[in-house]
Amino acid sequence: MSTTTVGTHVTPSNVNRTRDRITAMFLGNEALRGYTLLSPTLVVMAIGILVPFAILLTMSFWTQVAFEFDTTPSLNNYAKALEHPVYETLLWRSIMISGACSIATVLLSYPMAYYVAFHVKRYKMLWIILMTLPFWTSYLLRVFAWKVILGFNGVINSGLKSVGIIEQPMEFLLYSPTAVVITLAHAWAAFAILPIYVSLEKIDRSLLEAATDLGDGPVARFFRITLPLSLPGIIAATLIIFIPTVGDYVTPALLGGPDGIMMANMIQAMFGKVNDWPMGAALSVGMMVTVAVFAITFMFVSRKATEQIG
Amino acid sequence: MSEVSYIDRPNRTLAVYAIAYLLFLYIPVLFLPLFSFNDAIYVAFPLKGFTTKWYEQLFNNEPMFAALLNSVQVGAVTATVSTLLGVFAAKAVTRYRMPGKNPVVGFIMLPLVIPGIIFGVALLILMSRLGVPLSLYTVTLGHIIVCVPFSMATLIPRFEGFDKSIEEASADLGENMFGTFWRVTLPMVFPGLVASFLLCFTISFDEFIMAFFLSGTEPTLPIFIWNQLRFPQRVPGVLALGTIILVISFAVVFFAQWIRNVGIHDKTKRGM
Repeated sequence: MSTTTVGTHVTPSNVNRTRDRITAMFLGNEALRGYTLLSPTLVVMAIGILVPFAILLTMSFWTQVAFEFDTTPSLNNYAKALEHPVYETLLWRSIMISGACSIATVLLSYPMAYYVAFHVKRYKMLWIILMTLPFWTSYLLRVFAWKVILGFNGVINSGLKSVGIIEQPMEFLLYSPTAVVITLAHAWAAFAILPIYVSLEKIDRSLLEAATDLGDGPVARFFRITLPLSLPGIIAATLIIFIPTVGDYVTPALLGGPDGIMMANMIQAMFGKVNDWPMGAALSVGMMVTVAVFAITFMFVSRKATEQIG
Repeated sequence: MSEVSYIDRPNRTLAVYAIAYLLFLYIPVLFLPLFSFNDAIYVAFPLKGFTTKWYEQLFNNEPMFAALLNSVQVGAVTATVSTLLGVFAAKAVTRYRMPGKNPVVGFIMLPLVIPGIIFGVALLILMSRLGVPLSLYTVTLGHIIVCVPFSMATLIPRFEGFDKSIEEASADLGENMFGTFWRVTLPMVFPGLVASFLLCFTISFDEFIMAFFLSGTEPTLPIFIWNQLRFPQRVPGVLALGTIILVISFAVVFFAQWIRNVGIHDKTKRGM
């Protein structure tokens, strides 16, 4: 290898010197060593993320013709997605359901996280484990559990019927956007509790004492100190729940019914029984871009808000 | 002093709320074991009677065991590869000053902020264009990409948590890079490795949507469960299976927590 580069006057010492130089450069250059160590991970992730996304994007410009793809690039799929109101409806519904679920989960989890951060003195770890334990059971089964509860002959209906409160099962419980929101709020609770708990736990308690000394009551103190300082946790929790739930497939499929199906169900149908892969690709890209726009706008607004308070 | 107790004064309303919230988290999940012992196909009150027949049927269910084995294999390979990649990345990121580190880490963390269905679809298209048949290998590949960020996030605090000079001391005392890694770094980050392995295994074991798109004729356990849910008469069997998964995952979580605590106590002892 070195013979071709160094030339004809190769002596052992020459080779050694080159090798030494390479070694020295390698050991001396921290960044190079770091990137060498990082390279296996980086290569795998680059192949696993960039290549599939490039082909996803490419395919979204193709057209399905019977069982073949017409690979001439066109914006047909995107035009179709904008023309037919069903796609817009589904996308909006996905955003609304997942937004409602994020807000509900954060609101419900905040007092819980607050309680553990400020009021639990002993067995704090036990509380944290207790709060996150249900999240370790199968996602599919947690969602299914809600079908068991809300169903036509489910726990609520059959329970109320057997104690004589209702005559006929209530139908509105299952197969509605509300059912999807409740189920998602339950399934993702741990993702809200933990970030909020961490941000509350970090708050310097002396700030609270200072506020009290300077005459703030509990309510003023909460709104002037605790809430602003826990905003990073609230923002993180909202995003952590919002982003994956927009693309949730299982919950709307099991509990949504016709009024509760979401974008992911349509995308799945495109790759399944409808068999229009390019359209499915276009819808995936559209969903991803919409989610990104919402997430970035939210982050920007909340950062501005945090700066205003700070 | 009185100010402190004023701030920390017990709040009964909050305590009641916290208990209610825990009930909200647990009750839906606990309906699964309750109805798995109920002697009726339909999941409804009133309870019909105690039975263990759903569990007995489960133990003779060959396809279920095949799916379970598939999931364990996929989970084990995913967890091993993701944790290995996570170790490399976590060490590189915490030990070396590298220009452009933040964008690179951000890139690796991307799967955390992209809905799983998009990854499933994108990988499905790639595999079909490459002519790779769908199998447990394609599922594993998908799971690795999703798990690496989790592994890295678990391991980075571990690497940050111990003193770099211990590694330097080992090098000064004559160990080479691999010796240092094997005899110094590895034992110190070991609890993190176990935590990362268990986390990745659990994520893979539970993952549905990517496996839904990427599995071929051999289903993973979540896919098997999904297929069962379409038939009402199979639901009690699923509840029994769910109960077993519930018990095992609770046990694993407590074990993982214990392992983590062991590490943390060691660290504080060393620090003192």
